[in-house]
Amino acid sequence: MLRENQRRFKFDWITIILFLLLVAFGYLNILSASHVGEITSYFDMSQPYGKQTIFIGLTFVLIVLILSFEAKFYERFASIIYLVAIIALLGLFIFGKDVNGARSWYGIGSMTIQPSEFAKFATALAVAKYISDLQTNMRTIKDQLKVTAIIFIPALLILLQNDAGSTIVYLAFFFVFYREGLQQVYLIIGLSLIILAVLGLKFGVVITAVITTLVIVSTYFLQGKKRGSIFQYIIVLIVCVGFSYGVKLFYEHGLKIHQQNRISLWLRLEKDPAKLELMKKREAYNLIQSEQAISSGSWTGKGFLQGTRTTGKFVPEQHTDYIFSTVGEEWGFWGSSFVVLLFTTLIIRILYLAESQKSQFSRVYGYGVASILFVHFTINTGMVMGLIPTVGIPLPFFSYGGSGLWGFTILLFIFIKLDSNKINEW
Amino acid sequence: MRKLLLLTTVILVGLVFIARLFYLQVYSGSAYNIFEDTAIQKEYNYPKRGYVYDRNGKLLVANQPSYDVMVIPREVAPMDSLKLHEFCTLLKITKEDYDKKLNRARNYSPRLSSPFVQQLSKTDYAVLQEKMRKFEGFYIQKRSLRSYQTTIGANVLGDIGEVNRRIIAQQPYYKMGDLIGKQGVEKTYEKVLRGVKGIKFIQKDRFNKHIGPYKDGIYDTLPKPGKDITLTIDSELQAYGELLMKHKRGGIIALDPSSGEILAMVSGPSYNPNLLVGRDRSRNFTKLYRDSIAKPLFDRGLQAQYPPGSPFKVINALIGLQEDVVDTRERFTCRMGYYYGSRKLTGCHHHRSPVAMNDGIAQSCNAYFVNVYRRIIDKYEDAGKGMNIWANHAKSFGLGNFLNNDLSVGSKGRIPDGDYYDRAYGDNRWGSTYIVSNAIGQGEVEATPIQLANMAAAIGNRGYYYTPHIIKEIEGDTIPKKYRTPKYTTIDKRHFEPVIEGMFDVYNKGTASTLRVPGIDICGKTGTAENFVRIDSVKTQLTDHSIFVAFAPKDNPKIAIAVFVENGYWGSRFAGRMASLMIEKYIKGHITRTDLERWILTHSLEDEYAKPYSGEPFKINGETTLQVIDNYAIENTNQSSLKQ
Ligand SMILES: [Zn+2]
Repeated sequence: MLRENQRRFKFDWITIILFLLLVAFGYLNILSASHVGEITSYFDMSQPYGKQTIFIGLTFVLIVLILSFEAKFYERFASIIYLVAIIALLGLFIFGKDVNGARSWYGIGSMTIQPSEFAKFATALAVAKYISDLQTNMRTIKDQLKVTAIIFIPALLILLQNDAGSTIVYLAFFFVFYREGLQQVYLIIGLSLIILAVLGLKFGVVITAVITTLVIVSTYFLQGKKRGSIFQYIIVLIVCVGFSYGVKLFYEHGLKIHQQNRISLWLRLEKDPAKLELMKKREAYNLIQSEQAISSGSWTGKGFLQGTRTTGKFVPEQHTDYIFSTVGEEWGFWGSSFVVLLFTTLIIRILYLAESQKSQFSRVYGYGVASILFVHFTINTGMVMGLIPTVGIPLPFFSYGGSGLWGFTILLFIFIKLDSNKINEW
Repeated sequence: MRKLLLLTTVILVGLVFIARLFYLQVYSGSAYNIFEDTAIQKEYNYPKRGYVYDRNGKLLVANQPSYDVMVIPREVAPMDSLKLHEFCTLLKITKEDYDKKLNRARNYSPRLSSPFVQQLSKTDYAVLQEKMRKFEGFYIQKRSLRSYQTTIGANVLGDIGEVNRRIIAQQPYYKMGDLIGKQGVEKTYEKVLRGVKGIKFIQKDRFNKHIGPYKDGIYDTLPKPGKDITLTIDSELQAYGELLMKHKRGGIIALDPSSGEILAMVSGPSYNPNLLVGRDRSRNFTKLYRDSIAKPLFDRGLQAQYPPGSPFKVINALIGLQEDVVDTRERFTCRMGYYYGSRKLTGCHHHRSPVAMNDGIAQSCNAYFVNVYRRIIDKYEDAGKGMNIWANHAKSFGLGNFLNNDLSVGSKGRIPDGDYYDRAYGDNRWGSTYIVSNAIGQGEVEATPIQLANMAAAIGNRGYYYTPHIIKEIEGDTIPKKYRTPKYTTIDKRHFEPVIEGMFDVYNKGTASTLRVPGIDICGKTGTAENFVRIDSVKTQLTDHSIFVAFAPKDNPKIAIAVFVENGYWGSRFAGRMASLMIEKYIKGHITRTDLERWILTHSLEDEYAKPYSGEPFKINGETTLQVIDNYAIENTNQSSLKQ
């Protein structure tokens, strides 16, 4: 069936090559980060790299399978796929397995499956399906609420399973909504809230209130005749300060200690050297080790399988969330910049393809793919380099793990399939 | 516009990430240094430090194992109070000590190892060794410390101590906590004695567990043991010299003229070399270092620089003969001094007059030597040229400059030349009458005891010397050629005999006639040196230094010696007696002049040394303050115990 259709389908080979490069380079680094002693067999199932060999093998089976469905299938069954994903997430509360305090795994024999990795593409499909409906108008509050609900349900379920990192990824859909007509004011409000939150934590509520007042007063005078009632401004001010105070309260009482410390480390809030020292041994341990590994790479790195910190397993979880530190140590500045370039190129390529779609469904879905990959890449790499507080999510295509690899592969290849079908859309 | 939000964000993030990578990897990351990589444990294997023997094969310095607790601050895991308490108890330190030591190590480098607690006792080590694994970031390093098999020769042997940061910066071989020769032969023969430490690079994991050799051990090296050395020192003679120097300050240098080998090198006051081993080293060192009055760390045999006085007259006699301005028969009148017109340029003591060369030397006549000296200088068209020619001759005896040998300290001494006086008086505004002090070894001429001993050796050899040195053998190596090559003076061989006869007569009928040793023909020369110190910033003259220079026997000399005793008053009083005893001890192996020995061992100069600091007015150059020690018997038993 595939062979017969090939003439009509034109797959975007640039995307596929970028994907293959990432998977291959990721595999090399997993090999380096996870091997203990001599590498005897690439199929050694007792070792992560051995399992990853199998995962990658199965990925190709998966790709063939995804590409063999009709493109229309994904649009038609988007809601059902979404429902299945939600049910899978719900099922975790009954059948799930606890790993490191997060109840996000199904155990099948010695295999484990993480449904949250699959829920992303399902949600992306559902969002695309809903937005591309002719009746939907993203500028109405009603549709905004509905589409938010679509992402809110899986996000909440994942949060309840103690996987806060994966929850944050759902913020990626903001880019999709914005592209599809969400008012600019949301962007401004969103950015303002982030700034308020950071200001409040870093400098305290009082200084934040002063800064906010200054900004609002100057806006008031700059707007001249267009300005509204003075009470509106006062209300905005109160809301802003209230929000900043709320964030502070939430930071102090709503977060778990380790989450609080991660933020504290990021914003350098802790001044007590003894506590800081303790944090460095605990919450910041991974981060420090990871930064050290990257730093020690210099221009060209120490060479494949030659990283002393990688070989010594100094960075815990290095083959999963911290895989980028292996790149940094063994391949140096050139190697890690190359990986950054691969990701940005891939995301930009997907964006370009999405914009060239004729069907809105394909475009929205493509946008979803790009946004999810972007958020994953940014959070993961930013965290490993110490730019963002620690959030445990994998680096797409790169990190060790079957569920992650398959989830991202499905996410990407559904879009490749949709894209290949654009000539037939007439 | 809406299309651009994500695109620009992606590009921005990409740029920020690459900038961050540049910052981490290129800008702030220094070039990879395996010694700073905490993932690689460096295990040092310190080789045995070479042993030190005396010329007769007696072992002087051996080794003893020592164990240091080292720390790599970055790897130290936080300890709860219970564990910390246990650790501190094991190391016998307080919690405050722990913090202080850790901070100091961290200040040096968080990644490199520093000593934490040094030189554990054997029992502490045994207990600690088993528990060390529990305390991440700490490990035990075995080193070898010195074990002195003798109580003598501290200034000869020197000591080893911890390297400081400056040394580490200059010589990367050394790491914090390493030991290096600080003084004496330990310093000059550091590279030979030290050997080369071996190193193993071991890949660790983050639990501090060893996973295997780094890169299969291709960078690992085996330790190379240090080489044993044999010194030219005769430890019995050295011990005897130190015994004689008790209760005095000064230096004795004894050489073998036929080879330049240093037989004894005494500096008083001395100290027990064992003081500078072990945990008390730095405290003891500071104590010795701070003693600014007795200055035990100042090697008087090598560093003390004074006008040599009369022994230098011999050089002027030789130069006079070589320059053909005098012969051995010509006699000069002495009217209790030398007169220039009606002006007395220098005084003299009572002796028969006139005198020729032989009596000039034996009676140490100042007038005789001023005459000879003025003729040397005035032989040339200007005094500057005459002075330069004179200085050139004097310097050929190894005076006026470093001997360039294998001793860790030294002084240049001074032989002034024409330029020197041009600077002092102005060009050509001086003449031989200005500088007659040089004729009698006073004034601007200065020399160290080792230079004087070498001068005596050159005279005894009739015109050449070997650079005085302390190394006799290096295991599996030869000693440098410069110690095996004779250096010739500018004086012809034939001129030495009459001068040597004069020195022989110093013993026979001259200023040292009471110091004769039966059966040994000694040639010598007494000397005194005026000297001054600053006490409360007032220049104060003290009792003269006692100086004696000699060699023996007269033909084919076996020993050349210079003795210098601070404030010993006149030459034969302390220095002469000690020189005779040293010569007899070396040549005969036992002492027949026990009267001399008894006198030296029972007479102390401690009171003389205390005088200037008593705060009361005092007299110099008098007999009154000589302190007599009654416990000669005790001193004698000490002597035999020293010989062991
Ligand atoms: Zn006279």
